[in-house]
Amino acid sequence: MRWIWIDKFTEFTPRTSASAVKNVTLAEEHLHDLYPAFPIVPHSLIVEGMAQTAGILVGEARNFEEKVILAKVGRATFHRLVRPGDTIVFQATIDQLSEAGASVSGVVKAGDELVAEIDLMFSHIDQNMAGLEFPEHNFVFTEQFTELLKTYRTGASVAL
Amino acid sequence: MSRDEIYKKVQGVLVDALGVDEDEVTPTATLRGDLGAESIDFLDIVFRLEKAFGIKIPRGELFPEQMDPAFVQDGKLNDAGLAEVRRRMPETNLAELERTRDVNLIANLFSVQDIVSYLEKKMTAAA
Repeated sequence: MRWIWIDKFTEFTPRTSASAVKNVTLAEEHLHDLYPAFPIVPHSLIVEGMAQTAGILVGEARNFEEKVILAKVGRATFHRLVRPGDTIVFQATIDQLSEAGASVSGVVKAGDELVAEIDLMFSHIDQNMAGLEFPEHNFVFTEQFTELLKTYRTGASVAL
Repeated sequence: MSRDEIYKKVQGVLVDALGVDEDEVTPTATLRGDLGAESIDFLDIVFRLEKAFGIKIPRGELFPEQMDPAFVQDGKLNDAGLAEVRRRMPETNLAELERTRDVNLIANLFSVQDIVSYLEKKMTAAA
């Protein structure tokens, strides 16, 4: 199973900001499960989409060498529901980036409409949690993930 | 910036970072015991203080979470380590720590006024 809640990046400025798009379709299984006959994207998955957009931005800043873990949702304010047919854009901006982690402010939009404001904090877990041991391999940014990311590059050609 | 102004700002940061009420954030409230801070909150607090005060807080400088290995032997603070803790937590009653030297106690003793003292020194040094 893939746990990826963004479709592509439309902007990526290393160590600064990134925007990613998610097209919501009624073909997604989960939309039928939360409220049957009233399909909406659960807020938790909107937070997850922002965490993925921001997490990749934070990971890239250290060449995907750190295990970047979502440590805290500082704020998540929702203004509008997201329904099938919507295209939502996750805009993440790094506020602070250090050896230990990063804080990111995020805005989610559908067209010009504000969907949510989500502020997140990420931890580079090997640099924190002193005394705890984590597996050596990077289970956050796996080889499969980094391969996928190559085809994800902004502006990658789609010509046959 | 006066100590009182620093304290007020720290209070705001802790209210936001820990979701506690302003009146819970007293000078002697300990971060872990009284305010319920968990290890990940310390990184959040550092980020928020940096933003609020426009400063950089090098890792390990504020919170004694990660004591320099030179200060610790077998989980106990050595004399230099104890002196370092006294320097960082001048307001705190360290009697129990002095008796047990247990390095794990430090995080439990760290209080709001220790953050204020740290920032006061930092701001004076920067001025």
